[in-house]
Amino acid sequence: MSKAAQLAALIGSGQAQGDKNLIINGAMQVAQRGTSLTGQGASSIFLLDRFRMNTNGASAGRYTITQTADGPSGFANCLKLDVTTADTSIAAGERLFIEHPFEGQNLQSIAKGTSDAQSLTLSFYVKGNAAATYVAGFYDNDNNRQVSKQFAVTTSWNRITLTFPPDTAGVLGDDNALSMQLRFYLHAGSNYTSGTISETWIAADGTKSVGSGTTSIFDSTNRTFFITGVQLEIGETATPFEHEDFGTTLRKCQRYFAVRENNHASSSQYFSLLQAYNTTSIFGYIADYPATMRATPTASQSGSFGAYKKDSGNASMPTTIGNLVGTNYGWRSDGWGSGSNLVAGDASVMFANAGAKLIADAEL
Amino acid sequence: MEIKNAKYMKSLTDQEKIGISATIGGTDVTVPLDPANRHYEEIMRQVAAGEITIADAD
Repeated sequence: MSKAAQLAALIGSGQAQGDKNLIINGAMQVAQRGTSLTGQGASSIFLLDRFRMNTNGASAGRYTITQTADGPSGFANCLKLDVTTADTSIAAGERLFIEHPFEGQNLQSIAKGTSDAQSLTLSFYVKGNAAATYVAGFYDNDNNRQVSKQFAVTTSWNRITLTFPPDTAGVLGDDNALSMQLRFYLHAGSNYTSGTISETWIAADGTKSVGSGTTSIFDSTNRTFFITGVQLEIGETATPFEHEDFGTTLRKCQRYFAVRENNHASSSQYFSLLQAYNTTSIFGYIADYPATMRATPTASQSGSFGAYKKDSGNASMPTTIGNLVGTNYGWRSDGWGSGSNLVAGDASVMFANAGAKLIADAEL
Repeated sequence: MEIKNAKYMKSLTDQEKIGISATIGGTDVTVPLDPANRHYEEIMRQVAAGEITIADAD
């Protein structure tokens, strides 16, 4: 085939367009929550943006998760798991997997549940401390369907390519809700391993999601697992990883999780302008989110904040913002009380001390 | 998901319900009254299952 014909074929398939990768943060660049968490394994958590560590059951296994400066050529970062407590007595209901959740409206192009359903090709780079066999797959949350495939890990970075067949059953909702998850199964009890793994889409059957012959990452405290370069594209061919600039990936991640921080090393910074409601309380709008979020987020804060009175004296507010809430467009306080010497109606400049941050979480 | 200390919050200015304060995974948060928010969905699931209750606002 000529180069022109190849190009025409690529354009026709949609694979030559930008944003071919359905995964967000596949190069593990963005870690807004931090770069390390130790002692994990008791509950589900996020560290790197868009990749949840999903825990079921009560395994004794524990791990450290980090954004680590390691990767194959062209990748500066990876997600690394390092087992710190082993679990060789695996209860039936235990399961640990890395999950990337999708909104249904972002997967309409795969035409799932129709006669035009598309194949999906998943590619990623992995390595570990020793040879191991794990499983990658998808779970259709809208229709309770699944498909899985095994992959092998060695002590060197290798690119794994797995092509999953189309699924003509189970249409995905065209909305902002959770419709599908990509899963990397790393530990599973017999509720998930007693059947034969299904490489074609089937109605949900946990026993066929992981299957037999797979490794438990918790079989030894020597175990490590490194992954980066995760790409999911339509079709039966894995194309080179689509690298993005950091800002583009960060903006995509901020739809699901956002931080507004005074990252100045030592000084406080003006943050917003509020208004006194009475002699002890202030209220008002604090800040926009950096991007439109998927849904109204859960709001939280860390570090210390304060506010000034009209005469620029300190209003002696508690250092935690009172009644902090997330709206569909930004953070606000619906009443931050226990200050002093305020005058109703006066303006009050709010400040954030060094390292203080507001957090908005609209993850799936 | 471990949820503790769930309590409705009221606006200081108009006394309307503005969310649910709770401790989730050890962090104090405000959960919006939005069914599309996963924390709100989980709180409602645990309430329906009788696992937690939501205290009234002060």
